[in-house]
Amino acid sequence: MSKVIIAGIGQTPVNEQWDVSLRELGLQAIEAAMQDAGGLRPTALYVGNMLAGTLSRQAHLGALLADFAGLIGIEAATIEAAGASAAMALRVGMLAVASGQVDAALVLGVEKLSDQVPAQVESALAMGSDTDYEAEQGLTLTAQAAMIAQRYMHEYKVPEYGLAGFPLTAHANGAHNPNAMFRKAVKPETYAKAGMVSAPLNMFDVAPNADGAAALLLTRADLLPSGFPHPLVEIAGSSAVTDTLALHDRPDPLTFNAARLSVERACAQAGILPKDVDLFELFDAFSIYSALSLEAAGFSPKGEGWKWAQDGAISLTGELPISTLGGLKARGFPGGATGAYQAVEAVLQLRGQAGGAQVKNAKTALVQSLGGPASTAVTHVLRITG
Amino acid sequence: MDIPRHWRLKKQRYALVGEVCEHCDAKLFPPRDICPECGEEAKTLFQFSGKGEVYSYTAVYEAPEGYAEQAPYTLAMVKLDEGPLITAQLTDLGAQKPAIGMPVEMVTRLLRSATDERGMLIYGYKFRPAVAQVA
Ligand SMILES: [Zn+2]
Repeated sequence: MSKVIIAGIGQTPVNEQWDVSLRELGLQAIEAAMQDAGGLRPTALYVGNMLAGTLSRQAHLGALLADFAGLIGIEAATIEAAGASAAMALRVGMLAVASGQVDAALVLGVEKLSDQVPAQVESALAMGSDTDYEAEQGLTLTAQAAMIAQRYMHEYKVPEYGLAGFPLTAHANGAHNPNAMFRKAVKPETYAKAGMVSAPLNMFDVAPNADGAAALLLTRADLLPSGFPHPLVEIAGSSAVTDTLALHDRPDPLTFNAARLSVERACAQAGILPKDVDLFELFDAFSIYSALSLEAAGFSPKGEGWKWAQDGAISLTGELPISTLGGLKARGFPGGATGAYQAVEAVLQLRGQAGGAQVKNAKTALVQSLGGPASTAVTHVLRITG
Repeated sequence: MDIPRHWRLKKQRYALVGEVCEHCDAKLFPPRDICPECGEEAKTLFQFSGKGEVYSYTAVYEAPEGYAEQAPYTLAMVKLDEGPLITAQLTDLGAQKPAIGMPVEMVTRLLRSATDERGMLIYGYKFRPAVAQVA
């Protein structure tokens, strides 16, 4: 079977973009990805989006965006898996291209959160939890992550600022990303003084909601245009796994089991072990998620993932660089579009186009997106191929 | 809005009615019809005692839509004596600080305020510090 190649990438800045509509955001990313792919035309469009139906009263994004992008006639549909929507769309695009049914699949992550007030956005994001038994109790994803962190720090005796290294690293890296929402390193003193959002999470432990769109154009290696201008990045492994929707229904709420299984399966497909990767774009919506994701991927025993946040081990020059272009914390959290940004950023690293955030000699990247507290986990292995 | 949906949930919300699996005796809340422990059908109703302890908690200042009047409030995960873990608010704390391991018991309180002119008030379970046992 011919390899599935990420031939084109595009992204808009992540921000509150009051002057840009959902369709315009999507179009900007689509045009950038098609141009980057040397003019390759998609024959299918898979849109990763979570909340357009609720926040923009717009369903049917496949037809909307194919139409607006001048691609009328192609196959198009929305894929929804909460925060993992765009990562799942990437997997669907990969499956379509690998199957031979689709020659070139455009994967678009797009989310428009800034049209509504924060309380409405929080309610909408909480729809990704169990509405009847979690959201209806007044739960937000932030409060849920705070409860995970509270219990984790209690059970594993984590010191007060034990998780600080995750957002501090993300912000230091985001300073090099022109599309990031925050482009300034944060000092440990600033973190220590930051206002609490939901104890023990302060404002730097919670990724900021924002608008954004990012796109990837996939094709098979044998269909690439001649004179294709970039080093080839293949999707070497891909896996999506579910867990209980409600966090309270798990035997152990401090274990991201779906994240563990999807890493194992994606790495097995690629014929590698997690320790073989040069960087890990994990889903750092909350600092505690970074610790649990590192444990799930097998980089730490249970209860010790937080230790990666010490001593620069996760910095751009460390043993395992994570959140290399700012992660969700500094780049921003554009809801269901996030997975497309993570994949685009990994491709920039593998092509050697990450500028000041470049990880030296990056050949293989692990990319993981989560829906809720890993109720869905989607993991991809991307790597440079011959 | 959503009136049938809330009506369907009233046994759970007001009386903490879940299920017990007749095959392996696992107690389930919320009810889910297929036992996650043994995979068999579980449809026998079971009323929980409403007693348990705090597994974790946090404070919510930026409340979602419909909860602003109650903010700030304490949200918790409560481990029920019969086994299940559930998400619920803590209430009637007074000067007491919430803590992991705190014994709590269920009470019925206003969960959510009306958010539009057709909106309804939703009542349901919350947990308060357990009233001290008389020796
Ligand atoms: Zn059973």
